[in-house]
Amino acid sequence: MTTAPEVGRDRRRKEDARLITGRTNWTDNIQLPGMLYVAFLRSPMAHARIRNVDVSGVLGQDGVVAAYTGADLAAEQGSLPCAWPVTEDIVIPDHPPMAVDEVRYVGEAVACVVATDRYVAADMLELIEIDYEPLPPVLDMEAALAEGASLVHSDKGTNASFTWPFSAGDVDAAFGDDAVVVSRRYVQQRLIPAAMEPRSVVVAPEGDGYTMWSATQIPHVLRLMLAMVTGIAEHQLRVVAPDVGGGFGSKLQVTAEEVITLLLAKRLRKPVKWTEGRTEGIQTTHHGRDQIQKVALAADRDGRFRGLKIELLADMGAYLMLVTPGVPLLGAFMFPAIYKFDAYSFTCTGVFTTKMPTDAYRGAGRPEATYAIERLVDEMAVELRMDPMELRRRNWIKHEEFPYTTIATLTYDTGNYEAATEKALQLFGYDKLRAEQADRRERGDAVQLGIGISTFTEMCGLAPSRILGQLAYGAGGWESASVRMLPTGKVEVVTGSSAHGQGHETAWSQIAADQLGVPFEDVTVLHGDTRVSPKGMDTYGSRSLAVGGTALVQACDRVVDKAKRIAAHMLEASEEDIEFEGGTFRVRGTPEPATTIQEVALATFAAHDLPEGVEASLDSDATFDPENFSYPHGTHLCAAEVDTETGMVKLRSYVAVDDVGVVINPLIVEGQVHGGLAQGIAQALYEEAVYDSEGNLLTSTLADYLIPSAADLPEFVTDRTETPSTTNPLGVKGVGEAGTIASTPAVVNAVVDAIRQFGVNDVPMPCSPEHVWRAIQEAGGEPATTLGRGPGR
Amino acid sequence: MIPAKFSYVRPESLDEAVQALDGAGEDTKVLAGGQSLLPLLRLRLAYPEAIVDLTRLGELRGVRDEGGHLWIGSGTTHHELIRDPLVRQHAGLLAQTAATVADPAVRHRGTLGGSLAHADPAADLPATVLTLDGELVVRGPGGERTIPASSFFVDYLTSVLRPAEILTGIRIPKTWGGWNFHYEKFCRTAQSWAIVGVAAAVRRSDGAVAEARLGLTNMGSTPLRAQAVEAAVQSSAPGSHDALRAAAASADDGTSPPSDLHGQADYRRHLVRVLTARALITASRL
Repeated sequence: MTTAPEVGRDRRRKEDARLITGRTNWTDNIQLPGMLYVAFLRSPMAHARIRNVDVSGVLGQDGVVAAYTGADLAAEQGSLPCAWPVTEDIVIPDHPPMAVDEVRYVGEAVACVVATDRYVAADMLELIEIDYEPLPPVLDMEAALAEGASLVHSDKGTNASFTWPFSAGDVDAAFGDDAVVVSRRYVQQRLIPAAMEPRSVVVAPEGDGYTMWSATQIPHVLRLMLAMVTGIAEHQLRVVAPDVGGGFGSKLQVTAEEVITLLLAKRLRKPVKWTEGRTEGIQTTHHGRDQIQKVALAADRDGRFRGLKIELLADMGAYLMLVTPGVPLLGAFMFPAIYKFDAYSFTCTGVFTTKMPTDAYRGAGRPEATYAIERLVDEMAVELRMDPMELRRRNWIKHEEFPYTTIATLTYDTGNYEAATEKALQLFGYDKLRAEQADRRERGDAVQLGIGISTFTEMCGLAPSRILGQLAYGAGGWESASVRMLPTGKVEVVTGSSAHGQGHETAWSQIAADQLGVPFEDVTVLHGDTRVSPKGMDTYGSRSLAVGGTALVQACDRVVDKAKRIAAHMLEASEEDIEFEGGTFRVRGTPEPATTIQEVALATFAAHDLPEGVEASLDSDATFDPENFSYPHGTHLCAAEVDTETGMVKLRSYVAVDDVGVVINPLIVEGQVHGGLAQGIAQALYEEAVYDSEGNLLTSTLADYLIPSAADLPEFVTDRTETPSTTNPLGVKGVGEAGTIASTPAVVNAVVDAIRQFGVNDVPMPCSPEHVWRAIQEAGGEPATTLGRGPGR
Repeated sequence: MIPAKFSYVRPESLDEAVQALDGAGEDTKVLAGGQSLLPLLRLRLAYPEAIVDLTRLGELRGVRDEGGHLWIGSGTTHHELIRDPLVRQHAGLLAQTAATVADPAVRHRGTLGGSLAHADPAADLPATVLTLDGELVVRGPGGERTIPASSFFVDYLTSVLRPAEILTGIRIPKTWGGWNFHYEKFCRTAQSWAIVGVAAAVRRSDGAVAEARLGLTNMGSTPLRAQAVEAAVQSSAPGSHDALRAAAASADDGTSPPSDLHGQADYRRHLVRVLTARALITASRL
């Protein structure tokens, strides 16, 4: 029963029907008998001492079961964990899930009400009285580091959490007098992840223990952390991530609400639910990005890159959450990108402010790095009067030079930047667009055309445990898989990855189908429940396929090995003579006799006649720890029209040629690229979390925090080249973040390119119409048109 | 949505609705399409004691030709405005403007009356009704009165509508034959509010623009008419794009645009001049 291989096939996702219709276990859909609802009262102040919290007005009201302040829970709530203390002298402040003495950002929880319905709980928050003594907000990173600055954590004596340096090669020589140097200051604005499904958590006491359902990316890490924070024994905690509607890193977290909901269920011995509202989520689900980047690139006159200097300030927000300080370090390794340098220096200081903490957001450190280097390369091209693609060509690692160890000490296993670029240029029509650009400039058209390039790479497949240890991360980077052969030959695959929209159930089914020679439909994939899949490191950092997929291949190999012994016995041949292909065991070189893996599964179950010393099970487990990261890359090209009278940017075309290694399911890869592009373009053009001078988040609804929809995006032209990774047997690299990492600089490069003739060499993100218009005004460049000429007129 | 508690009435007739409002306290809100009220309830920015739901009132629906004017029920949705043949024939600007509002979900629920009564200067339809010299028909305990759009809007989110009055219909004079229209909306994403919008009605004569009516969205605390531009057009009868651009240069006269996340006031002043020129040029078909 040999069929066409599943790997490489456009399979529609088997999980989509239930996810799209919503008829499934979203956490908020879970209803339990006697369930109570908790609502949190949140600080309206960016920074204040809590003089008094009075919940007495709430107690005794209809429907109210309990109300607690941070002080009430102080003895048991612990401190929210930071798993990545990046330096030995890092300052990690205490982070109580509900504030006890002081609040440090607008939205920080200060008290909670538990009621029999969620409306009552919300109403009762208004009856809690709090006496705040205002303290000065700390909002600007550079000011926060100045002498005499107000402190976010007064007991720490500083607003600096850590400084992490890295240096390789002779940086001074690289930046010597004979070098052409381009220096810039870029700002990575603060972003709000805004997954479609809000955060939600339900905790039910069960016997001596507790079951938590949470809209999380990390059920396994969460269980371990909850045990450490609350002291509840790990084996008495079961954490379930039911169907989860997106995360983008925002659900890679151990949240105050998860801890408090667990403690409430423990105190009240009843199931308790919490679900955030959209505004509550925008304010209090961790934010992303927020860096000030001082960057400098040195090159020879002929365009050969010599050195790169990066100085970052990274806004931690008010506290360090799960991997807050580690995010900019993931970028530290990626600033050199696909280029060869003699020297590189990097330093990052993490800064406390009175804002929502930041943490991982799609790309996590790598988009920031990619933006800076790809913007800088374009600026250097202008400085050298060289075509920006030609400058890249002169400096990138050539395909015959792999494996290549970069100046940042990473070893890129494979890549072919030439091939991806060649394909992208053809699809884009680069020369024709450059001609149109010249023509529009010549004519002084109100609408100018710009071309943006991003020849990006990133590191995926997080991560070799050995390297994580060297970086002081609190855990390993392996992943597990189990394969259970059922008596009828159907297959249950258990993975420690935790899908929240990626399509694991489909892709893992395809892998298992090929490895075991069973039909795609015969595989079920189980995940996201510590009782079903007890071992896992969960899903983030484009790791699931490269690490978890490899574990699955290894577990399948072990099933086949076990089955082979039994098949040999059944076929009365020696094991060495058995070959396995397409689900069938045969004696080598003969078509008959043969037996299928399903027949072997049944025979194993019956166990009537197994070879001596063979146990009655084909089930197998594997845990895979990668030796190296994987390095997807690609060439993205963007053509942007800029209306110079209004500043409006319209993307005319976007070509993305990605090399993500071997592709399991092209349809899923396509979807990941589209979604990733939308999110990266969103940073370039639309999104920005804005705090006012008092520390209030102004962009607290989706009317003010602008997320683009399909109507705002061009038709993407996507294609692939395929250079298999040699780090894992599947040859896969990862695709979850590629589009987001690549697209932001491609778009901004295009915008700047369109208006460079006015003297503009940067536009602050997001490139809103007003930012673009002001950049033109401030450069002193008058558009060579009268008002109102406009596009298409 | 977890709003604060309120009581709820859903009258079956207009008289019943007026009665319900008349008997209710100051903190009573009228619910039509809910596209403004529900977000306010969700954010707990509104705490009405009671909500009077008008969605069952057939009297507020439909579009009729009443001879000298078109009568459009206040409960007409944006989607219905876009599709209605009478609206397209006599007040095409309304259909065109409605098509720019938010997204299909909003357009299927949001109503013309709701948009006008809410009096948000960032909303698109108020400037268009103002441009078309519309009149608003309201019913209260004392009977019916008709208010020209030009005196309906008082301030940000404030109209002359009294607490117990219901906006029942909008009259658009059937005098727009031979005029061309364009609504120029400037917004950052397809679903977002106008940073600035310009509604233009233009009548041509002898190859030039003889008359123009211009309404401005989000250029002050109420929708505004660009009177200086209207006067400039009247006096100069512009016959070229350059002449229309010159006329548009005074589009920000008499405006007081807000400064907010989406644009500072000086940027909006610049934009309204550009967009007015574009709206005039498009509507003029020159």
